[in-house]
Amino acid sequence: MQATTLLRAVDIDKSYAGVHALRQASFDLRAGEVHALIGENGAGKSTLIKIITGAVTPDAGELLIEGQRISQNSPRAAKQLGIAAIYQQPALFPELSVAENIAIGLEESSWLTRVDWRRRRSRADGLLARVGARIDADSEAGDLTMPQQQLVEIARALGADAKVLIMDEPTASLSEEDAQNLFSVIRQLRAQGVGIIYISHRLEELPAIADRVTVLRDGRTIDTREMAEVDRQRLIKLMVGRELSTVFPKKEVAAGDVLLELRQLGCGASGIHDVNLSLRAGEIVGLAGLVGGGRTELARTIFGLTPADEGEIILRGKRVQINSAAQAIASGIAYVPEDRRRHGVILDLAISANITLASLDRFSSLSGMDFGREKQVAADYTHRLGIKTPSIFAPVATLSGGNQQKVALSRWLVTKPSILILDEPTQGIDVGAKSEVHALMTELAEQGVAILMISSELPEILGMSDRIAVMHDGTIVTTLDRTEATQEKILALALGHGVNEGV
Amino acid sequence: MRLNPYKRELSAALAYAVLLIAVAIIAPSFFSVGNLRDLALNNAPVLLVSIGMTMVILVAQIDISVGSQFAIASVAAGALAKSGMPMPVVLVFVVTIGAMMGAVNGALIGLVRLPSIIVTLAMLVAWRDALRWTTGGEWVQDLPVNFQWFGLGQRFGEALIVIASLGVFALVAWTLRNLAAGRAIYAVGSEAEAARLAGIEPARVTFAVFVLMGALVGFAALLNAVRFSTVPSNAGVGLELKAIAAVVVGGSAITGGRGRLIGTLIGVALLGTIGTALTFIGINPFWEKAIQGAIILAALASDFILGKAERMRAAHQHV
Repeated sequence: MQATTLLRAVDIDKSYAGVHALRQASFDLRAGEVHALIGENGAGKSTLIKIITGAVTPDAGELLIEGQRISQNSPRAAKQLGIAAIYQQPALFPELSVAENIAIGLEESSWLTRVDWRRRRSRADGLLARVGARIDADSEAGDLTMPQQQLVEIARALGADAKVLIMDEPTASLSEEDAQNLFSVIRQLRAQGVGIIYISHRLEELPAIADRVTVLRDGRTIDTREMAEVDRQRLIKLMVGRELSTVFPKKEVAAGDVLLELRQLGCGASGIHDVNLSLRAGEIVGLAGLVGGGRTELARTIFGLTPADEGEIILRGKRVQINSAAQAIASGIAYVPEDRRRHGVILDLAISANITLASLDRFSSLSGMDFGREKQVAADYTHRLGIKTPSIFAPVATLSGGNQQKVALSRWLVTKPSILILDEPTQGIDVGAKSEVHALMTELAEQGVAILMISSELPEILGMSDRIAVMHDGTIVTTLDRTEATQEKILALALGHGVNEGV
Repeated sequence: MRLNPYKRELSAALAYAVLLIAVAIIAPSFFSVGNLRDLALNNAPVLLVSIGMTMVILVAQIDISVGSQFAIASVAAGALAKSGMPMPVVLVFVVTIGAMMGAVNGALIGLVRLPSIIVTLAMLVAWRDALRWTTGGEWVQDLPVNFQWFGLGQRFGEALIVIASLGVFALVAWTLRNLAAGRAIYAVGSEAEAARLAGIEPARVTFAVFVLMGALVGFAALLNAVRFSTVPSNAGVGLELKAIAAVVVGGSAITGGRGRLIGTLIGVALLGTIGTALTFIGINPFWEKAIQGAIILAALASDFILGKAERMRAAHQHV
């Protein structure tokens, strides 16, 4: 039996600031099917979802719903057409009751309409029953558990007569049992003819729930298959399936002494545990994993922002406790954070002031800042890193992304670190600046700096790293040598599968 | 094209210049030595408090308890002098009392991370009522002779008050620009997390700024008290509004991270002069508050418009 096609996206193109997020992506969803959407970080899944829900306007391509071409999509229009999305983090109003949460967006009313509380309640009860939830409609949404909140969101989507339901990693924070319950709700919805787009990194759960699967890679829809035809191994191949396209300026550097060693390191507050890693002078270690795998959390713990409460940090052979960024800096550790605009630079401050911010004590005394030396150092780094600006006194806000990142890097190079942690150092910057950053990393490694590089870009990880540590679920599962690492292996490990099983 | 970095300060200075020129034409008697001296003396304590307030606003906080701190410090100054303490010791004590009141704010805001508007609102009420309860609303009278003008005589005392205020102004302005501590204040106010990642501790910076604020309030209270023969227990009512207004009119961003002390000086001068100037021009002083309000709104509007222009320009350059 061929079910009707609910939604069809044809040749969707979308780019942000010259970077293609989607290229001729095509996707279709039938009534009464669960269609899985998979791909690496940055493959374009969330952009595609945003286009379907009307949050983002595509540059080219068509969106058809039940055969009707949608020319002007918007969140409001999408909702009226019966498209609803449920995100990984439930978006309920915690202070309002479950019934009120369900009512918001469902009840058409003017400002003066009197609320019919009885009707509101009974509708909520009915919808909650449909998703098999035993939740009191009068309880506050904030008091519910995560799986209960998801059920409330699904109930709300049903109340809006959703024909297309998008679920973004719904099981990411659920226990096995809750996930099974959710699956039975999903099967029930499927039987009622709802089309479900199901995004998940947990490939192992797909055979149990999905009918078809579409793989996205580099913004392209690579393939759509019947779930029964493919296995996990095949899916991983499709997700990575590309050769190293860029040449990385990697040079072999003889690794020196061990500068940093982590033993059974853990931090309860940020969910990392049992991390073992060593970092040698002149070595670049890539830290791979999925978003949420604990990579940034590990970097922040090493840098003293969320101090470790388990295990040991051994710095140049001595056991240390790092409790603040200031202490980390004093110990020769530098951290270039991921969110460049918010955390990497201070947009209001001049380029020169940004460059000296992490080593102010070296530029100032009680008799005042040494502006001459600040100017000289800032000019020196601006020149060395090729920061394009008319003046070193211009606010960093006036620079392009790549140049802002170079300012962020300069700030830390001024501290003369022996250990440099880079969190997504080339994310969102143009190709030219990217290779300049890579060249700089190589140069630093040659000078004996130990580099820990977090990256979601597997080619970058494979191209730049001497060793690759893969994180999953808050810990480093394996450290691979440059020679033995492949994209498939890294992805399998990041997804939580052993190297030997499956791949 | 880059906007002049002093644009915000310049617009306040321009407004002040217009006011002075208007007064010079309509009522040149405004510029008599006596009148100018009175204006300087009246505004010196406001300037000191506004200097502290500038730093508080630069770190993206607010302090509305300064008026009540001022009252406590004033009464303390009178009471200590009356007990026979020498004036230099009174000075040290009053500044310390101010710093301690500031430390309470700083600890709750910087270290416990409570919102500054609520903490200082609570302190505004608490200090004021504590004082009322202690003094029973009575003024401090029968002050020793060496209290007024520090026992230095009126001319000398007056000069000292103005010189001390401008001296503090110059010192803090220099510090904000030339010391690492000043950089830290701007960095914390712009983006506290980014500052933390650069090794600065926002909690400590915020705490220190509130302590300084309190110390400056204490100093201002003493400089104000020595001009009179009695100390009223309702001193400093509305002082927080004067200080915040001066800072905002002077071009500092209420959202923190942006502003200069020179702007605050202009703001204090503009708002402090306008009442007297109106009287001289012959406009009913009834309009003073309304015009002050209009000036504050104009400053905020220009800040908003300049900010928007800058953001648009930045957006054009990036995309």
